[in-house]
Amino acid sequence: MKPLLERHGDRLIGVLSPILLLIVWELLVRFHWISAQFFPAPSSIAVTFVKLARTGDLWLNVGVSLRRLLLGFIIGGVPGLLLGIVMGLSRPIRLFIEPLIASTYPIPKSALLPLVLLIFGLGESSKIAMVAMGVFYPVIMNTVTGVLQISKIYFDVGTNFGAGRWKTFRTIALPGAAPFIITGVKLGIGMGLILISIAEMVGADSGLGYMIWNAWQLMDVETMYVGLFMIAFLGFVFTLLLDEIERWLLPWRAA
Amino acid sequence: MDAPPKISLDGLSKTFASRSGLVTALDNVSLNIAPGTFCVVVGPSGCGKTTLLRIVAGLEERTSGNFSIRRDDRSRPLNAMVFQGDSIFPWMNVWDNAAYGLKLRGVSAPQIREIVSHYLDRTGLRRFAEYYPHQLSGGMRQRVSIARAFANDPEVLFMDEPFSALDEQNKLLLQEELLRIWEEHKKTVIFITHSVDEAVTLGDKIVIMTASPGRIKAVVDVNLPRPRNILELRRDREFGELVFQIWGYLRTEVDAARAQVN
Repeated sequence: MKPLLERHGDRLIGVLSPILLLIVWELLVRFHWISAQFFPAPSSIAVTFVKLARTGDLWLNVGVSLRRLLLGFIIGGVPGLLLGIVMGLSRPIRLFIEPLIASTYPIPKSALLPLVLLIFGLGESSKIAMVAMGVFYPVIMNTVTGVLQISKIYFDVGTNFGAGRWKTFRTIALPGAAPFIITGVKLGIGMGLILISIAEMVGADSGLGYMIWNAWQLMDVETMYVGLFMIAFLGFVFTLLLDEIERWLLPWRAA
Repeated sequence: MDAPPKISLDGLSKTFASRSGLVTALDNVSLNIAPGTFCVVVGPSGCGKTTLLRIVAGLEERTSGNFSIRRDDRSRPLNAMVFQGDSIFPWMNVWDNAAYGLKLRGVSAPQIREIVSHYLDRTGLRRFAEYYPHQLSGGMRQRVSIARAFANDPEVLFMDEPFSALDEQNKLLLQEELLRIWEEHKKTVIFITHSVDEAVTLGDKIVIMTASPGRIKAVVDVNLPRPRNILELRRDREFGELVFQIWGYLRTEVDAARAQVN
Protein backbone atom coordinates (compact mmCIF):
# COMPACT_ATOMS: atom_id res chain seq x y z
CA MET A 1 0.00 0.00 0.00
CA LYS A 2 2.77 2.38 0.89
CA PRO A 3 4.69 2.18 -2.40
CA LEU A 4 1.41 2.82 -4.25
CA LEU A 5 0.85 5.93 -2.20
CA GLU A 6 4.41 7.05 -2.81
CA ARG A 7 4.16 6.49 -6.52
CA HIS A 8 0.84 8.23 -6.95
CA GLY A 9 1.03 10.51 -3.94
CA ASP A 10 1.30 13.76 -5.87
CA ARG A 11 -1.52 12.84 -8.19
CA LEU A 12 -3.72 11.74 -5.27
CA ILE A 13 -3.26 15.06 -3.53
CA GLY A 14 -4.17 16.78 -6.78
CA VAL A 15 -7.42 14.84 -7.07
CA LEU A 16 -8.21 15.27 -3.40
CA SER A 17 -8.86 19.02 -3.39
CA PRO A 18 -11.62 19.09 -6.05
CA ILE A 19 -13.36 16.12 -4.38
CA LEU A 20 -13.12 17.82 -1.01
CA LEU A 21 -14.60 21.01 -2.46
CA LEU A 22 -17.55 19.05 -3.92
CA ILE A 23 -18.21 17.34 -0.57
CA VAL A 24 -18.09 20.61 1.37
CA TRP A 25 -20.34 22.24 -1.23
CA GLU A 26 -22.86 19.40 -1.02
CA LEU A 27 -22.92 19.59 2.77
CA LEU A 28 -23.32 23.37 2.78
CA VAL A 29 -26.39 23.08 0.56
CA ARG A 30 -27.85 20.16 2.52
CA PHE A 31 -27.59 22.15 5.76
CA HIS A 32 -29.01 25.25 4.03
CA TRP A 33 -25.95 27.34 4.74
CA ILE A 34 -25.84 28.49 1.16
CA SER A 35 -28.73 29.04 -1.18
CA ALA A 36 -29.54 26.18 -3.53
CA GLN A 37 -31.00 28.79 -5.84
CA PHE A 38 -27.53 30.09 -6.70
CA PHE A 39 -25.42 27.09 -5.75
CA PRO A 40 -27.38 23.93 -6.46
CA ALA A 41 -25.92 20.85 -4.79
CA PRO A 42 -23.43 18.89 -6.89
CA SER A 43 -25.78 15.91 -6.64
CA SER A 44 -28.63 17.80 -8.29
CA ILE A 45 -26.26 19.15 -10.96
CA ALA A 46 -25.28 15.54 -11.62
CA VAL A 47 -28.95 14.58 -11.97
CA THR A 48 -29.47 17.39 -14.48
CA PHE A 49 -26.32 16.29 -16.30
CA VAL A 50 -27.66 12.75 -16.71
CA LYS A 51 -31.02 14.09 -17.85
CA LEU A 52 -29.46 16.39 -20.47
CA ALA A 53 -27.10 13.66 -21.58
CA ARG A 54 -30.05 11.28 -22.06
CA THR A 55 -32.10 13.66 -24.16
CA GLY A 56 -29.01 14.37 -26.26
CA ASP A 57 -29.32 18.15 -25.78
CA LEU A 58 -25.99 18.30 -24.03
CA TRP A 59 -24.09 16.38 -26.71
CA LEU A 60 -25.68 18.44 -29.43
CA ASN A 61 -24.43 21.63 -27.81
CA VAL A 62 -20.99 20.20 -27.03
CA GLY A 63 -20.69 18.96 -30.61
CA VAL A 64 -21.63 22.32 -32.10
CA SER A 65 -19.15 24.16 -29.89
CA LEU A 66 -16.39 21.66 -30.64
CA ARG A 67 -16.94 22.02 -34.36
CA ARG A 68 -16.72 25.81 -34.15
CA LEU A 69 -13.62 25.55 -31.98
CA LEU A 70 -11.93 23.16 -34.38
CA LEU A 71 -12.71 25.19 -37.50
CA GLY A 72 -11.74 28.46 -35.81
CA PHE A 73 -8.58 26.83 -34.54
CA ILE A 74 -7.56 25.76 -38.04
CA ILE A 75 -8.58 29.02 -39.72
CA GLY A 76 -6.73 31.12 -37.14
CA GLY A 77 -3.88 28.78 -36.23
CA VAL A 78 -2.55 27.69 -39.63
CA PRO A 79 -2.10 31.22 -41.05
CA GLY A 80 -0.69 32.32 -37.70
CA LEU A 81 1.87 29.53 -37.84
CA LEU A 82 2.89 30.06 -41.46
CA LEU A 83 2.99 33.83 -41.27
CA GLY A 84 4.86 33.61 -37.98
CA ILE A 85 7.58 31.46 -39.49
CA VAL A 86 7.90 33.67 -42.57
CA MET A 87 8.17 36.71 -40.29
CA GLY A 88 10.79 34.96 -38.20
CA LEU A 89 12.86 34.09 -41.26
CA SER A 90 12.56 37.36 -43.17
CA ARG A 91 13.46 40.62 -41.51
CA PRO A 92 11.75 42.92 -44.05
CA ILE A 93 8.49 40.97 -43.83
CA ARG A 94 8.72 41.02 -40.04
CA LEU A 95 9.28 44.78 -39.96
CA PHE A 96 6.36 45.24 -42.34
CA ILE A 97 3.80 43.11 -40.49
CA GLU A 98 4.87 43.57 -36.87
CA PRO A 99 3.22 47.02 -36.43
CA LEU A 100 -0.08 45.59 -37.65
CA ILE A 101 0.06 42.80 -35.10
CA ALA A 102 1.26 45.04 -32.29
CA SER A 103 -1.49 47.61 -32.86
CA THR A 104 -4.40 45.18 -33.20
CA TYR A 105 -3.37 42.70 -30.51
CA PRO A 106 -4.35 44.88 -27.51
CA ILE A 107 -7.97 45.21 -28.71
CA PRO A 108 -10.01 42.82 -26.54
CA LYS A 109 -11.35 40.27 -28.98
CA SER A 110 -14.66 40.20 -27.10
CA ALA A 111 -15.13 43.89 -27.92
CA LEU A 112 -15.00 42.98 -31.58
CA LEU A 113 -18.02 40.68 -31.35
CA PRO A 114 -20.56 43.30 -32.55
CA LEU A 115 -18.36 44.10 -35.53
CA VAL A 116 -17.88 40.42 -36.28
CA LEU A 117 -21.66 39.89 -36.09
CA LEU A 118 -22.13 42.81 -38.42
CA ILE A 119 -19.72 41.39 -40.94
CA PHE A 120 -20.44 37.67 -40.67
CA GLY A 121 -24.05 37.69 -39.54
CA LEU A 122 -25.63 35.49 -36.91
CA GLY A 123 -24.64 32.18 -38.49
CA GLU A 124 -21.74 29.83 -37.91
CA SER A 125 -19.09 32.02 -39.49
CA SER A 126 -19.21 34.73 -36.82
CA LYS A 127 -18.52 32.19 -34.06
CA ILE A 128 -15.73 30.58 -36.04
CA ALA A 129 -14.24 33.99 -36.79
CA MET A 130 -14.19 34.85 -33.08
CA VAL A 131 -12.30 31.66 -32.24
CA ALA A 132 -9.95 32.18 -35.18
CA MET A 133 -9.02 35.65 -33.94
CA GLY A 134 -8.39 34.35 -30.46
CA VAL A 135 -6.10 31.58 -31.74
CA PHE A 136 -4.30 33.65 -34.38
CA TYR A 137 -2.56 36.14 -32.10
CA PRO A 138 -0.90 33.87 -29.56
CA VAL A 139 0.15 31.44 -32.31
CA ILE A 140 1.72 34.08 -34.57
CA MET A 141 3.46 35.92 -31.74
CA ASN A 142 4.90 32.80 -30.18
CA THR A 143 5.95 31.43 -33.56
CA VAL A 144 7.88 34.60 -34.42
CA THR A 145 9.63 34.50 -31.04
CA GLY A 146 10.26 30.79 -31.55
CA VAL A 147 12.00 31.28 -34.88
CA LEU A 148 13.98 34.28 -33.66
CA GLN A 149 15.42 32.40 -30.71
CA ILE A 150 16.86 29.65 -32.92
CA SER A 151 20.63 29.98 -32.73
CA LYS A 152 22.14 31.41 -35.92
CA ILE A 153 24.58 28.55 -36.17
CA TYR A 154 21.76 26.15 -37.17
CA PHE A 155 20.90 28.33 -40.17
CA ASP A 156 24.60 28.40 -41.07
CA VAL A 157 24.58 24.61 -40.99
CA GLY A 158 21.54 24.62 -43.28
CA THR A 159 23.25 26.96 -45.73
CA ASN A 160 26.46 24.95 -45.58
CA PHE A 161 24.63 21.72 -46.36
CA GLY A 162 22.70 23.33 -49.19
CA ALA A 163 19.25 23.60 -47.63
CA GLY A 164 16.96 25.74 -49.79
CA ARG A 165 14.03 27.79 -48.53
CA TRP A 166 11.64 24.89 -48.09
CA LYS A 167 14.19 22.60 -46.42
CA THR A 168 15.28 25.40 -44.11
CA PHE A 169 11.66 25.82 -43.11
CA ARG A 170 11.05 22.09 -42.69
CA THR A 171 14.27 21.01 -41.00
CA ILE A 172 15.28 24.09 -39.00
CA ALA A 173 12.69 26.84 -38.53
CA LEU A 174 9.68 24.64 -37.83
CA PRO A 175 11.24 22.11 -35.44
CA GLY A 176 13.40 24.78 -33.81
CA ALA A 177 10.39 26.97 -33.08
CA ALA A 178 8.11 24.05 -32.17
CA PRO A 179 8.32 24.43 -28.37
CA PHE A 180 7.21 28.06 -28.67
CA ILE A 181 4.55 27.20 -31.23
CA ILE A 182 3.02 24.65 -28.86
CA THR A 183 2.94 27.23 -26.09
CA GLY A 184 1.16 29.56 -28.51
CA VAL A 185 -1.35 26.87 -29.40
CA LYS A 186 -2.08 26.22 -25.71
CA LEU A 187 -2.70 29.92 -25.08
CA GLY A 188 -4.75 30.10 -28.27
CA ILE A 189 -7.04 27.28 -27.24
CA GLY A 190 -7.66 28.94 -23.89
CA MET A 191 -8.53 32.14 -25.72
CA GLY A 192 -10.74 30.18 -28.12
CA LEU A 193 -12.76 28.72 -25.25
CA ILE A 194 -13.36 32.16 -23.78
CA LEU A 195 -14.43 33.63 -27.10
CA ILE A 196 -16.66 30.76 -28.15
CA SER A 197 -18.61 31.08 -24.88
CA ILE A 198 -19.10 34.80 -25.38
CA ALA A 199 -19.97 34.49 -29.07
CA GLU A 200 -22.54 31.78 -28.41
CA MET A 201 -24.26 33.80 -25.72
CA VAL A 202 -25.20 36.43 -28.29
CA GLY A 203 -27.34 35.45 -31.21
CA ALA A 204 -26.82 31.72 -31.21
CA ASP A 205 -29.30 28.90 -30.81
CA SER A 206 -26.88 26.13 -30.03
CA GLY A 207 -23.52 25.52 -28.33
CA LEU A 208 -22.37 25.53 -24.74
CA GLY A 209 -22.42 29.33 -24.51
CA TYR A 210 -26.01 29.35 -25.72
CA MET A 211 -26.88 26.61 -23.24
CA ILE A 212 -25.53 28.67 -20.34
CA TRP A 213 -27.21 31.89 -21.51
CA ASN A 214 -30.51 30.18 -22.18
CA ALA A 215 -30.40 28.55 -18.74
CA TRP A 216 -30.02 32.00 -17.18
CA GLN A 217 -33.08 33.27 -19.04
CA LEU A 218 -35.11 30.25 -17.88
CA MET A 219 -33.63 30.45 -14.35
CA ASP A 220 -32.53 26.85 -14.83
CA VAL A 221 -29.46 27.10 -12.59
CA GLU A 222 -28.57 23.39 -12.71
CA THR A 223 -28.32 23.43 -16.52
CA MET A 224 -26.14 26.52 -16.26
CA TYR A 225 -23.74 24.64 -14.00
CA VAL A 226 -23.69 21.66 -16.33
CA GLY A 227 -22.61 24.02 -19.12
CA LEU A 228 -19.91 25.55 -16.95
CA PHE A 229 -18.60 22.16 -15.93
CA MET A 230 -18.55 21.00 -19.55
CA ILE A 231 -16.48 24.00 -20.62
CA ALA A 232 -14.08 23.47 -17.73
CA PHE A 233 -13.87 19.81 -18.67
CA LEU A 234 -13.14 20.62 -22.33
CA GLY A 235 -10.36 22.99 -21.30
CA PHE A 236 -8.91 20.31 -19.05
CA VAL A 237 -9.03 17.66 -21.79
CA PHE A 238 -7.40 20.01 -24.33
CA THR A 239 -4.57 20.70 -21.90
CA LEU A 240 -3.96 16.98 -21.34
CA LEU A 241 -4.15 16.32 -25.06
CA LEU A 242 -1.67 19.07 -25.91
CA ASP A 243 0.74 17.93 -23.21
CA GLU A 244 0.61 14.49 -24.77
CA ILE A 245 1.10 15.88 -28.29
CA GLU A 246 4.00 17.94 -27.00
CA ARG A 247 5.71 14.87 -25.55
CA TRP A 248 5.16 13.06 -28.81
CA LEU A 249 6.28 15.88 -31.12
CA LEU A 250 9.21 17.08 -29.05
CA PRO A 251 11.04 14.04 -27.73
CA TRP A 252 14.24 16.06 -27.94
CA ARG A 253 13.33 18.43 -25.12
CA ALA A 254 15.36 17.63 -22.01
CA ALA A 255 13.00 16.13 -19.43
CA MET B 1 54.14 16.64 -56.60
CA ASP B 2 53.07 19.85 -58.29
CA ALA B 3 49.43 18.97 -58.83
CA PRO B 4 47.18 21.98 -59.41
CA PRO B 5 45.95 23.29 -56.07
CA LYS B 6 42.62 22.08 -54.72
CA ILE B 7 42.00 25.32 -52.94
CA SER B 8 43.55 28.61 -53.84
CA LEU B 9 43.13 31.97 -52.18
CA ASP B 10 44.24 35.04 -54.04
CA GLY B 11 44.51 38.34 -52.21
CA LEU B 12 41.48 37.62 -50.05
CA SER B 13 40.47 40.57 -47.88
CA LYS B 14 37.58 41.32 -45.60
CA THR B 15 36.64 44.61 -44.02
CA PHE B 16 33.90 45.04 -41.45
CA ALA B 17 32.13 48.23 -40.56
CA SER B 18 32.15 48.67 -36.80
CA ARG B 19 31.31 51.48 -34.43
CA SER B 20 34.90 52.68 -34.35
CA GLY B 21 35.19 52.71 -38.12
CA LEU B 22 36.35 50.09 -40.58
CA VAL B 23 38.06 47.02 -39.23
CA THR B 24 40.20 44.90 -41.49
CA ALA B 25 39.74 41.29 -40.49
CA LEU B 26 41.63 39.75 -43.38
CA ASP B 27 44.30 41.47 -45.35
CA ASN B 28 45.46 40.15 -48.70
CA VAL B 29 45.59 36.44 -47.88
CA SER B 30 46.99 34.27 -50.66
CA LEU B 31 47.50 30.56 -50.33
CA ASN B 32 47.52 27.39 -52.40
CA ILE B 33 46.54 24.08 -50.92
CA ALA B 34 47.37 20.91 -52.82
CA PRO B 35 44.80 18.10 -53.03
CA GLY B 36 44.79 15.80 -50.03
CA THR B 37 46.55 18.30 -47.78
CA PHE B 38 45.55 18.65 -44.16
CA CYS B 39 46.09 22.36 -43.81
CA VAL B 40 45.93 23.93 -40.36
CA VAL B 41 45.54 27.66 -39.84
CA VAL B 42 46.78 28.84 -36.47
CA GLY B 43 46.76 32.32 -35.05
CA PRO B 44 45.83 34.43 -32.03
CA SER B 45 42.17 35.01 -31.17
CA GLY B 46 40.55 37.59 -33.37
CA CYS B 47 43.00 37.21 -36.23
CA GLY B 48 40.27 36.49 -38.75
CA LYS B 49 40.83 32.71 -39.03
CA THR B 50 37.14 31.98 -38.69
CA THR B 51 36.26 34.76 -41.13
CA LEU B 52 38.64 33.22 -43.64
CA LEU B 53 36.95 29.86 -43.31
CA ARG B 54 33.45 31.29 -43.48
CA ILE B 55 34.31 33.09 -46.70
CA VAL B 56 35.63 30.02 -48.48
CA ALA B 57 32.67 28.02 -47.14
CA GLY B 58 30.32 30.54 -48.75
CA LEU B 59 28.82 31.73 -45.46
CA GLU B 60 30.23 35.22 -45.70
CA GLU B 61 31.06 37.66 -48.49
CA ARG B 62 34.60 38.74 -49.19
CA THR B 63 35.47 42.41 -49.62
CA SER B 64 38.09 41.84 -52.29
CA GLY B 65 40.31 39.17 -53.72
CA ASN B 66 39.35 35.75 -54.99
CA PHE B 67 39.27 32.14 -54.04
CA SER B 68 38.52 28.93 -55.84
CA ILE B 69 37.96 25.34 -54.93
CA ARG B 70 38.60 22.96 -57.77
CA ARG B 71 35.71 20.62 -58.46
CA ASP B 72 36.59 17.04 -59.35
CA ASP B 73 33.19 15.46 -59.08
CA ARG B 74 30.00 17.37 -59.80
CA SER B 75 27.85 14.86 -57.93
CA ARG B 76 29.48 15.66 -54.59
CA PRO B 77 28.97 18.77 -52.49
CA LEU B 78 31.81 21.24 -52.58
CA ASN B 79 32.39 21.59 -48.86
CA ALA B 80 31.13 20.56 -45.46
CA MET B 81 31.92 22.39 -42.30
CA VAL B 82 32.44 21.24 -38.74
CA PHE B 83 31.46 24.27 -36.70
CA GLN B 84 32.88 25.60 -33.49
CA GLY B 85 30.61 24.81 -30.57
CA ASP B 86 27.26 23.07 -30.64
CA SER B 87 25.94 22.94 -34.17
CA ILE B 88 24.10 19.63 -34.34
CA PHE B 89 20.33 20.02 -34.34
CA PRO B 90 18.84 19.42 -30.88
CA TRP B 91 15.58 18.29 -32.51
CA MET B 92 17.15 15.43 -34.45
CA ASN B 93 18.61 12.29 -33.01
CA VAL B 94 22.21 11.30 -33.71
CA TRP B 95 21.29 9.27 -36.78
CA ASP B 96 19.22 12.01 -38.42
CA ASN B 97 21.88 14.59 -37.65
CA ALA B 98 24.57 12.49 -39.30
CA ALA B 99 22.30 11.83 -42.28
CA TYR B 100 21.34 15.51 -42.69
CA GLY B 101 23.45 16.38 -45.73
CA LEU B 102 22.68 13.10 -47.49
CA LYS B 103 18.94 13.54 -46.99
CA LEU B 104 19.05 17.09 -48.32
CA ARG B 105 20.85 15.84 -51.41
CA GLY B 106 18.23 13.16 -51.95
CA VAL B 107 20.59 10.20 -51.64
CA SER B 108 18.70 6.88 -51.68
CA ALA B 109 17.67 5.43 -48.34
CA PRO B 110 19.78 2.25 -48.53
CA GLN B 111 22.85 4.32 -49.41
CA ILE B 112 22.19 6.70 -46.54
CA ARG B 113 21.88 3.74 -44.21
CA GLU B 114 25.21 2.34 -45.36
CA ILE B 115 27.13 5.62 -45.22
CA VAL B 116 25.71 6.83 -41.93
CA SER B 117 26.27 3.54 -40.16
CA HIS B 118 29.84 3.52 -41.41
CA TYR B 119 30.60 6.92 -39.94
CA LEU B 120 28.69 6.27 -36.73
CA ASP B 121 30.82 3.16 -36.34
CA ARG B 122 33.98 5.12 -37.00
CA THR B 123 33.07 7.75 -34.42
CA GLY B 124 31.87 5.20 -31.85
CA LEU B 125 28.33 6.56 -31.97
CA ARG B 126 26.56 3.45 -33.24
CA ARG B 127 25.00 2.66 -29.87
CA PHE B 128 23.78 6.23 -29.54
CA ALA B 129 22.04 6.49 -32.91
CA GLU B 130 18.66 7.04 -31.28
CA TYR B 131 19.92 9.52 -28.70
CA TYR B 132 19.11 13.18 -28.81
CA PRO B 133 21.93 15.74 -28.41
CA HIS B 134 20.85 16.75 -24.90
CA GLN B 135 21.59 13.20 -23.79
CA LEU B 136 25.19 13.36 -25.05
CA SER B 137 28.38 14.89 -23.68
CA GLY B 138 30.15 17.73 -25.48
CA GLY B 139 32.68 15.32 -26.97
CA MET B 140 29.95 13.05 -28.29
CA ARG B 141 28.11 15.98 -29.83
CA GLN B 142 31.25 17.09 -31.65
CA ARG B 143 31.68 13.52 -32.93
CA VAL B 144 28.20 13.75 -34.43
CA SER B 145 29.21 16.99 -36.12
CA ILE B 146 32.28 15.29 -37.58
CA ALA B 147 30.25 12.28 -38.72
CA ARG B 148 27.73 14.63 -40.37
CA ALA B 149 30.47 16.42 -42.32
CA PHE B 150 32.29 13.25 -43.42
CA ALA B 151 29.08 11.41 -44.29
CA ASN B 152 28.16 14.14 -46.76
CA ASP B 153 31.36 13.23 -48.65
CA PRO B 154 32.36 16.77 -49.65
CA GLU B 155 35.25 17.67 -51.93
CA VAL B 156 36.87 19.63 -49.13
CA LEU B 157 36.35 19.72 -45.37
CA PHE B 158 36.39 22.83 -43.23
CA MET B 159 36.80 22.62 -39.48
CA ASP B 160 36.48 25.68 -37.30
CA GLU B 161 38.13 25.03 -33.93
CA PRO B 162 36.02 21.91 -33.54
CA PHE B 163 37.71 20.78 -30.33
CA SER B 164 38.25 24.09 -28.58
CA ALA B 165 35.40 23.58 -26.11
CA LEU B 166 36.54 20.11 -25.07
CA ASP B 167 38.69 19.07 -22.14
CA GLU B 168 42.25 17.92 -22.79
CA GLN B 169 41.55 14.18 -22.69
CA ASN B 170 38.55 14.36 -24.96
CA LYS B 171 40.48 16.57 -27.31
CA LEU B 172 43.25 13.99 -27.72
CA LEU B 173 40.74 11.20 -28.30
CA LEU B 174 38.91 13.18 -30.94
CA GLN B 175 42.09 14.25 -32.69
CA GLU B 176 43.07 10.60 -32.93
CA GLU B 177 39.65 9.60 -34.26
CA LEU B 178 39.66 12.47 -36.72
CA LEU B 179 43.03 11.41 -38.12
CA ARG B 180 41.86 7.81 -38.44
CA ILE B 181 38.74 8.79 -40.37
CA TRP B 182 40.64 11.29 -42.48
CA GLU B 183 43.23 8.65 -43.46
CA GLU B 184 40.47 6.70 -45.25
CA HIS B 185 40.05 9.20 -48.07
CA LYS B 186 42.59 11.95 -47.38
CA LYS B 187 40.29 14.79 -48.29
CA THR B 188 41.67 18.30 -48.52
CA VAL B 189 41.07 19.93 -45.14
CA ILE B 190 41.32 23.43 -43.73
CA PHE B 191 41.38 23.19 -39.97
CA ILE B 192 41.32 26.28 -37.78
CA THR B 193 42.81 26.22 -34.30
CA HIS B 194 44.57 28.40 -31.77
CA SER B 195 46.47 25.43 -30.37
CA VAL B 196 50.00 24.96 -31.72
CA ASP B 197 50.08 21.40 -30.38
CA GLU B 198 46.93 20.54 -32.25
CA ALA B 199 48.24 22.14 -35.43
CA VAL B 200 51.45 20.09 -35.46
CA THR B 201 49.64 16.92 -34.44
CA LEU B 202 47.15 17.07 -37.29
CA GLY B 203 48.59 19.10 -40.12
CA ASP B 204 50.68 18.64 -43.25
CA LYS B 205 50.91 22.36 -43.74
CA ILE B 206 50.59 24.99 -41.05
CA VAL B 207 49.64 28.55 -41.85
CA ILE B 208 50.49 31.04 -39.13
CA MET B 209 48.44 34.22 -39.12
CA THR B 210 49.18 37.61 -37.65
CA ALA B 211 46.98 39.39 -35.15
CA SER B 212 44.45 41.75 -36.65
CA PRO B 213 44.54 42.57 -39.45
CA GLY B 214 44.88 38.88 -40.34
CA ARG B 215 47.73 38.25 -42.70
CA ILE B 216 49.78 35.17 -43.37
CA LYS B 217 52.95 35.39 -41.35
CA ALA B 218 54.54 32.07 -42.27
CA VAL B 219 53.77 28.69 -43.75
CA VAL B 220 55.44 25.65 -42.23
CA ASP B 221 55.40 22.20 -43.81
CA VAL B 222 55.12 19.27 -41.45
CA ASN B 223 56.74 16.12 -42.69
CA LEU B 224 55.96 13.87 -39.76
CA PRO B 225 55.09 10.43 -41.14
CA ARG B 226 51.51 9.19 -41.33
CA PRO B 227 49.57 7.47 -39.94
CA ARG B 228 50.48 9.37 -36.81
CA ASN B 229 50.30 8.06 -33.32
CA ILE B 230 49.29 10.96 -31.16
CA LEU B 231 50.93 9.53 -28.07
CA GLU B 232 54.20 8.67 -29.80
CA LEU B 233 54.32 12.12 -31.39
CA ARG B 234 54.71 13.65 -27.95
CA ARG B 235 58.24 12.30 -27.57
CA ASP B 236 59.24 12.88 -31.18
CA ARG B 237 62.11 15.36 -31.45
CA GLU B 238 60.85 16.85 -34.71
CA PHE B 239 57.41 17.39 -33.19
CA GLY B 240 58.98 19.32 -30.33
CA GLU B 241 61.02 21.45 -32.67
CA LEU B 242 58.04 22.28 -34.88
CA VAL B 243 56.01 23.31 -31.85
CA PHE B 244 58.92 25.46 -30.71
CA GLN B 245 59.36 27.04 -34.13
CA ILE B 246 55.68 27.86 -34.57
CA TRP B 247 55.46 29.24 -31.07
CA GLY B 248 58.31 31.52 -31.99
CA TYR B 249 56.29 32.94 -34.88
CA LEU B 250 53.17 33.20 -32.82
CA ARG B 251 54.65 34.70 -29.71
CA THR B 252 55.01 38.21 -31.12
CA GLU B 253 51.51 37.98 -32.60
CA VAL B 254 49.92 36.92 -29.33
CA ASP B 255 51.69 39.80 -27.59
CA ALA B 256 50.49 42.16 -30.30
CA ALA B 257 46.93 40.89 -29.99
CA ARG B 258 47.05 41.42 -26.24
CA ALA B 259 48.42 44.93 -26.66
CA GLN B 260 45.50 45.79 -28.94
CA VAL B 261 42.98 44.61 -26.36
CA ASN B 262 44.55 46.62 -23.55
